[in-house]
Amino acid sequence: MSTGWLIAIVIGIGAVAYLMAAQKARGLAAAADRSKGEVPHSLPAYHGWFAFILATLPAIALFLVWSFATGFIVEGKITAEVSSRIADPAQASLAVGIVHDAVRALEALGLTGDKVPPTFLALREAASAAQFSISEAGADYMVTLAAEVSNDHAMYRIIGQILVVLASAGGAYFAYRQVRLRLRARNKVERVVLSTLVVASTVAVLTTIGIVLSMLGETIRFFSEVNPLGFFFGTVWDPRFAAAGSGGSEGQFGLIPLLAGTLYIAAVSMLFAVPIGLMSAIYMGEYASPKVRSIVKPLLELLAGIPTIVYGIFALITMGPFLRDLSAALAGGTPFIQAQSVLTAGLVMGVMLIPLVSSLSDDVITAVPRAMRDGSLALGATRSETIRRVILPAALPGIVGALLLTGSRAIGETMIVVLAAGVAAKLTINPLEAMTTITVKIVSQLTGDLEFNSPQTLVAFALGLTLFVVTLGMNIYALYIVRKYREQYE
Amino acid sequence: MSLDIASSQASAPRNAPPKMTGDKVCVFYGAKQALFDVDLKVEQYSVTSLIGPSGCGKSTFLRSLNRMNDTIDGCRVTGKISLDTDDIYDPSIDVVELRARVGMVFQKPNPFPKSIYENVAYGPRIHGLARTKSDTDEIVHSSLRRAGLWNEVKDRLNEPGTGLSGGQQQRLCIARAIATRPEVLLMDEPCSALDPIATAVIEELIDELRENFTIVIVTHSMQQAARVSQKTAFFHLGKLIEEGKTEDIFTNPKNKQTQDYITGRIG
Repeated sequence: MSTGWLIAIVIGIGAVAYLMAAQKARGLAAAADRSKGEVPHSLPAYHGWFAFILATLPAIALFLVWSFATGFIVEGKITAEVSSRIADPAQASLAVGIVHDAVRALEALGLTGDKVPPTFLALREAASAAQFSISEAGADYMVTLAAEVSNDHAMYRIIGQILVVLASAGGAYFAYRQVRLRLRARNKVERVVLSTLVVASTVAVLTTIGIVLSMLGETIRFFSEVNPLGFFFGTVWDPRFAAAGSGGSEGQFGLIPLLAGTLYIAAVSMLFAVPIGLMSAIYMGEYASPKVRSIVKPLLELLAGIPTIVYGIFALITMGPFLRDLSAALAGGTPFIQAQSVLTAGLVMGVMLIPLVSSLSDDVITAVPRAMRDGSLALGATRSETIRRVILPAALPGIVGALLLTGSRAIGETMIVVLAAGVAAKLTINPLEAMTTITVKIVSQLTGDLEFNSPQTLVAFALGLTLFVVTLGMNIYALYIVRKYREQYE
Repeated sequence: MSLDIASSQASAPRNAPPKMTGDKVCVFYGAKQALFDVDLKVEQYSVTSLIGPSGCGKSTFLRSLNRMNDTIDGCRVTGKISLDTDDIYDPSIDVVELRARVGMVFQKPNPFPKSIYENVAYGPRIHGLARTKSDTDEIVHSSLRRAGLWNEVKDRLNEPGTGLSGGQQQRLCIARAIATRPEVLLMDEPCSALDPIATAVIEELIDELRENFTIVIVTHSMQQAARVSQKTAFFHLGKLIEEGKTEDIFTNPKNKQTQDYITGRIG
């Protein structure tokens, strides 16, 4: 019986429990004598749901726990057996992997008992006939071990399935027995709903923590091989791959050129996006008639829906050559703007950021109470005086928060930069030359078929974590500013 | 119902031309007409109160006196409103300048999220009334004094105006309005968000401000109208039903509807 069937059976038991409990509750309610104060506490549907929950949730939880627990037991068995024969931990972990492959092959081919191939070689041939590839570094004892393990698997699985079905039926029976006139099924369902919501939000938080921890682990591995000082303060980015015949030298991992490029390109894009976005937000929030606003705002937000790779293509084939040709025409021959440059990337990323800036600022500006505008206008201020002296100061914390959020978006952007600013990790202050960013280098360090054990690939995690810390810091600061000043005009 | 109309007898209207005159004023919000042919004269250096049930058009009329209705989409005014001899809806009139001459205090205190000092200095700054820092100081201090707020805030002029209590905030808004030296001061239910003690303080203040300003006040409280105003106008369903000396309106109304309203039978 597959897992899918098991779940279906459990849900089926739950559905039956629902119907029966609801039916029983309905009967009780009909028989209740209201003149004696016998009032049913919950509607029949709540009794039904309560029974459904008792029939399914504990059973599914048991299934998960059982699967993990038996998995651990089997894993422990393999490791114990293998490490009793192989002393070297690296070799042992390789052997464990082979045993796992063998187990998978046996189970997929349905080979049990007498049909188990006698030698590892025979297993390997049988497996490769069925498109299973197993490393050739195995030994015969592994086949025996794998056969035992696959037997254990089957046994644990059947026991588990019986237990789960029993738990489900037991839960259903228990719930059915419980149904009484005054059973607070409604409140119990409420509590289950609440805990479901809590679990859902915990998943998001735990995922974030998991991401950070996984990056942290790899980053620590990286720093055990490369000096952190050289990473954080190095000015040369030259991570030579050992395979390229660099004679054992591992290259230099200077963060500074990448960080500078990241911040430079982000700054150019903000320089472009902030004034335009802010002014369009002011126009839309303060001047535009509702009709104009209802047309222009969605149009502007359409820009935010364009995938960034499309912006990158626009930068690569239109904006970059245009700027290069323009500069060539201005200088009379030799272009002084390269097709791939900080300026190109910044401009195109700026276009991408405009809707973000204007949409966020527009929300903040329209949130300033109308009483502020009226108060200023009634004192004989013009509209622009009102905006400059009252609305913008009142909205400033929100706007600053919006800009910081936009900034962290700019720092994390990848595709536009790859195509528009190039991949050359140069340290320059000339915006007309190519530079590159942290995100681009993460992509290029991880592209290709690689094992994550050399500094050349591990550096990607260090870069990612650095980037994460920078944007996290900006986001936290943005939230802090927004919160601190939020209620100023209330 | 006992009405205190003592203060309204304190000064008889002077024999001066009216400060503001409404002549057949109609106001429309889109297709809906909110005011019908209102004729009303506002005497100089006196308090005129506009009373009537909710939605009767009294606030609409008030807001058309400094053209704050312009900020509402689809609002249209016909008829003629003049300030002294100027038609304020004439295209040649600068509405910004008009609002400097006809100031306004709103129902809910709306200090800017700035310091107390900056709140009051706002108007003088944008209108260039003060050239130097000491000029500005002088205007701010005297405005706060006239608004009866000086003693309470003189030690904390640099603290945010939003940190004051509701009554203090409303007096700050009055100080802010008089700092631009308007000729007319419009007040839209200035005490409706305040407790009785703060209300009493503001009513006293209104009586003092009458020395230097022409005041038009919208109020829901008939006692307040009786206490602070010399002239009262009763609005009902967008029409001006009756106007006259406050004492006459409250003791001897000519119109049946007015009588019903002030005795609490409608409204």
